[in-house]
Parts: sequence; structure tokens; C-alpha cells
Amino acid sequence: MSEQEAAAGPIPNPLPPGGNQGSEETRADVSRGRGETVAVRPKALAVYLMCGPEAPALAEAAVQGGADLVELGFPFSDPLADGPVIRRAAERALGQGMRTGPCLECLAATRERLPDTPLVPMTYSSLLEAYGWERFGSDARSAGATSLIVADLPAAERPEVRRVQLVAPTSTDERLAVAAASTEGWLYLVTLTGTTGARSELSPALAGLVARARERTDLPLYAGFGISTPDQARAAAELADGVVVGTRAVEVAEEGPAALEKYVASLRGALDS
Amino acid sequence: MELTYGEYGGRFVPETLVPALDELEAGWKEALGDPAYRTELDDLSRSYGGRPTPLTLAERFAPGKRLYLKREDLLHTGAHKLNNALGQALLALRLGKRRIVAETGAGQHGVATATVCARFGLDCVVYMGSEDMRRQRPNLERMALLGAEVRPVEFGTRTLKEATSEAIRDWITNVEDTHYLIGSCVGPSPYPEIVRELQSVIGCEAREQMLAAEGRLPEVALACVGGGSNAIGLFAGLVDDAEVRLVGVEAGGAASLGSGRPAVLHGSRSSVLADEDGQVLDAESISAGLDYPGVGPEHPFLRDSGRAEYVGATDEEALDAFRRLARTEGILPALEPSHALARVAELEEELVLVCLSGRGDKDLAEVSAR
Repeated sequence: MSEQEAAAGPIPNPLPPGGNQGSEETRADVSRGRGETVAVRPKALAVYLMCGPEAPALAEAAVQGGADLVELGFPFSDPLADGPVIRRAAERALGQGMRTGPCLECLAATRERLPDTPLVPMTYSSLLEAYGWERFGSDARSAGATSLIVADLPAAERPEVRRVQLVAPTSTDERLAVAAASTEGWLYLVTLTGTTGARSELSPALAGLVARARERTDLPLYAGFGISTPDQARAAAELADGVVVGTRAVEVAEEGPAALEKYVASLRGALDS
Repeated sequence: MELTYGEYGGRFVPETLVPALDELEAGWKEALGDPAYRTELDDLSRSYGGRPTPLTLAERFAPGKRLYLKREDLLHTGAHKLNNALGQALLALRLGKRRIVAETGAGQHGVATATVCARFGLDCVVYMGSEDMRRQRPNLERMALLGAEVRPVEFGTRTLKEATSEAIRDWITNVEDTHYLIGSCVGPSPYPEIVRELQSVIGCEAREQMLAAEGRLPEVALACVGGGSNAIGLFAGLVDDAEVRLVGVEAGGAASLGSGRPAVLHGSRSSVLADEDGQVLDAESISAGLDYPGVGPEHPFLRDSGRAEYVGATDEEALDAFRRLARTEGILPALEPSHALARVAELEEELVLVCLSGRGDKDLAEVSAR
């Protein structure tokens, strides 16, 4: 798929391995998450879940609710980019033995249930350092990963690890350009200066960041951090091509797949309205 | 990634912080090149800090040795931490940052930071694990009197590792107006270089003082290693003197160099107590200042190159050395440098230099309870 096509329809990209890469049908399928061929949705919805025994079923519920992409957190003991909710979820997951190997199995199990949904592990450098930087990337892809996010690995570092790059309101124009040039599929816009977690208002820094990023890339721009309500999702999606919801999804996921599906559907509704 | 110390160091941080680290690095280079910065720091170190600190011959502690103690315990606030806090506070002022965040373990860095913030009228927030708040109560009270806000950290081990993580998260959130005044030679580049430079005054002074006292350099120089800032400061003055053996002493239960593996913690790649998946393990030490699973990235570099060696001391050995120095020399050392003192007796060398990085008042309750 060319960047032009991607920009025209801001869908999760790249497509999962094994998919019919680039055809209109596949794009529509992916965005719907079911077998229907319909118009590409205007805005993408990415949902973050922590790896764990329930994660494959939760991911399926999120897609049923209307998620276009699922991020799977591989927990780290000292997650600097995360606020208390995801930090605690990581502690719980580690307590359940969710080390790198079991997380890759969780990813593979999720891929089995969701053959067409982009799945993106999100983790920290220490796991890749221990596992082997390139081996981690290739084993994750073999297990069904579409791409990768490493929260504490700045753009331009370790270019051999292909991944979705993050940019923040503090990023200089020069760094935005570096991230945009090396990102895989879409660019992750961190809406605020801070850690992950729900906020009462959408960050006012997002509009400026979107404008600066848009000047430098035609790839889809997804906004994340601090987006938890349907209203915030709608407001963020008016600026960006999609939104990432993490902390609130992790909280709701504790109530089970049905609650998560309902919550994701409320976000989907707001994005489609 | 350009790693600073061989295969160690680097910048493993969320993107939000990268521009701030670039700004810090540029500001630091500019400060180093500005004689006015150096002059102001030297003046303050003398008139406010009490430098140069003395070199004391400890004749009774280790019979058969000529043991010299570099007396950082006599520096204002009672530990070497002030060297770094003063230098970074002046740097923060140059960068226009009026709010300071810091982490603290034993409380010595927290006190030093609160002190310089009071001196320069800066807002000060110190993160401290609740377990450390319990065992280092006097320093908690000192920080409050100095006007700092101490925020307890109630998760994980409730010690220095989590306090450091929370300080970094605060910095991510308030990066526009805040300087993170890190307390050891750890963290993302350029912090390890900054802290090393600011602490190198220990080793440079001690080298001159040894030459004046003995007419020769020490055969061996020892310092305790937690994050490793007093050790790197001592070593910095002697690392080019190949004949001087350099020894770092870690707490037995926090031997990042002795039993760690390469991992990424708090923004840099170093030798870390971690499992095979890269998850960081809990350290355990009676000494809150050494109770940290990581270490500054220059230390594994010195270890791998063979220039410095690293050994351990147990809680009991440190306590014995603490009591022995009190009784034989009339000096109450902090528990941290007591680890270095514990390894002196068995050395083959005769002329020994130890960095006495801090005083022990803060540890009285912990020692009495044993």
C-alpha cells in the first residue's frame, strides 16, 4: 500500500501478516473486523490490553465492540511511561508469570482468535535487551504481531527494530521528521507531557502536534495518552486519524469481556457519529 | 545508539524527555565552557559547602595500614551529595528551571537537594520510598525543615528504585519548568557524565592531599557503590594513575556489578540485578543508599576493562565496621561507606584511601535496633 492510499483512508496499517495486503476488500474487512465489505471507517480505534490469561478473549471482545487494532502490553517491572493503572496491571501480570515467552504465547493465541486485526505488542527496552533486539522483533512477528511499540526507545535509536514511533508535544520538528520517516504504518501521537492515564480534559497540546506531524507525513496519526471517554475520543479524532485508549480499557477489562465490548462500542459510536 | 561508556549508558527514555535531555546536554556543555559557572561553583563549594574536605589519617582502625579517610562526611549536609546538588542547581538556574524534583534513598541526596533549593529559592519535590522514610527518619525531618515537599512512594519495594521511577514520571509530566536533579551517576545521558564531573572534586582533592601527606599516591582507593557517585568521584581523580588499584564495595544483597547482567533501568543500559527476561529484581540492604538494583553505567565499563574491581560486604560486616570506626577513631560513618571500611583489613596494600562519603547520624536508629 502506498502512503497516499493510507492517508486517504486512515486505517490500521500495516495489515496483519498473511492478509491480502493492500486490497480494498481487505482494508474494509480489517476496519470492520468481520467479514463484511463496507466503506472504510473514517477514524481508527486502537485498544490497549495487558497480556494475561484473559487477554485473547478480551481482545476479541474489544474487536466485537469496534476496535480496529489491539495493542498488547508486555509488562515490565519499571514502566517509566506508565501511570498507576497500567503500572499496577503490569505488576499483576508479572505476578501471574507473564514474562516474554508467555506474552508471545498470549500474542499467538490472540492472533488465532483475530486473524485479521492488527496486533501490536507494546513494551520497554529491557525486555528486548534481554531477549535480543532483532530476535524479539522477528519472534513477535512470527507470533502474529503486526508491528511493535517500545515506549522507552526514542526514534532513531535501534533502527533495525521496525516499530511504530511515538512523538510528543515536546518533540522538536527535527525529531518529528525522524520519527515520521522511520515509523511503521502509523505515527503514535502522545497527546500530553506525562504518563499514561485518564485525564479530565483532552490535552490542548494535541492540535498543535497534529498540525506539525501532518506537515511531515501522510501516514495515519493516532492520538493516545489521556483519552478515556467517548467525548474525548470524538474530540481527538476530529484532529487525528484515530485514537488509542489504554488505561480506561485496562480498568474496564477487569470487569470482563462483556463490559469491555460495551465500553469499546461506546467509543466506536462516538467516533462514527 | 551512541552509548557513552563502551556498551553501557545511552538514553532509553520516553520521547517526551528526549528534547529535555538535549537541552540539558547543551546547557551543561555551555556551563562547562563558562569560567563564571566554575568560579561560582568553586566559591559556593568553599564558602557554603566547606570544601576542601580534610583527609584524615585513621591510625587505630586498621593496625598495620596507613589508612586515610576522605572526609565527605564533613561537607555541609553531611555527605558528598552536596557536590552534585550545588552544581546541578546552578545548572538549573542557567536553564531557567525554577522547580526541582529529586529521588532519595538514604535521604542524603534529598537533604542536599532541599538545601540547595532553599539556598536558591527553588521549589523542591523529593520522592522517597515509604520503607526508606521509616528507616531514615531524621533526614525526612530535615527535608521538611528545609522547605521541601517529600512525596512517599508506596509501591514495589518502597525504596530507591521506585522513588527514582516516580521522580522520572514527575519530570515527564512537568518537563517544561522542572529540572530533574538526579542524585547518582545513573540515568540517561548526560546525567552520568554530569554527576561524575561534579563529584570528581572528591578524587582530585584526595589525590593532592595524599601527595602532600605521604609524598606518594595511595596503593589502593576504595569507595562504596550503590548508584556509584562517590566511587566515580573518587575514581575520577585517580583513574589515570594506573598504579592505583580502584575497588568499589557493593552491599551483598545489592551487587549490581557482582551478580547483575546487562539490562535497561532508569534510562540507561548498565549492569542490573535482573532476571533472564530483563525484569528488574529487588535489591536488599541495611543501607538505604546502597539498596538499589542498578548502578551508573561507567562502573561496568571500568569493571569490564579491568581498571576497577568490585567486591561485596554483608550487612553484618558493614555494621561491624561502623562500630569499629566509632570506637577507634571517634567518627560515626554512614552505613554506606561502612561497607568500604569493612574491606580494608584484608587488603594486601599498606597505603589505603577510603572515601568516607557521609556521616552516620541518620543511621543510629537502624544500628541500635540490631
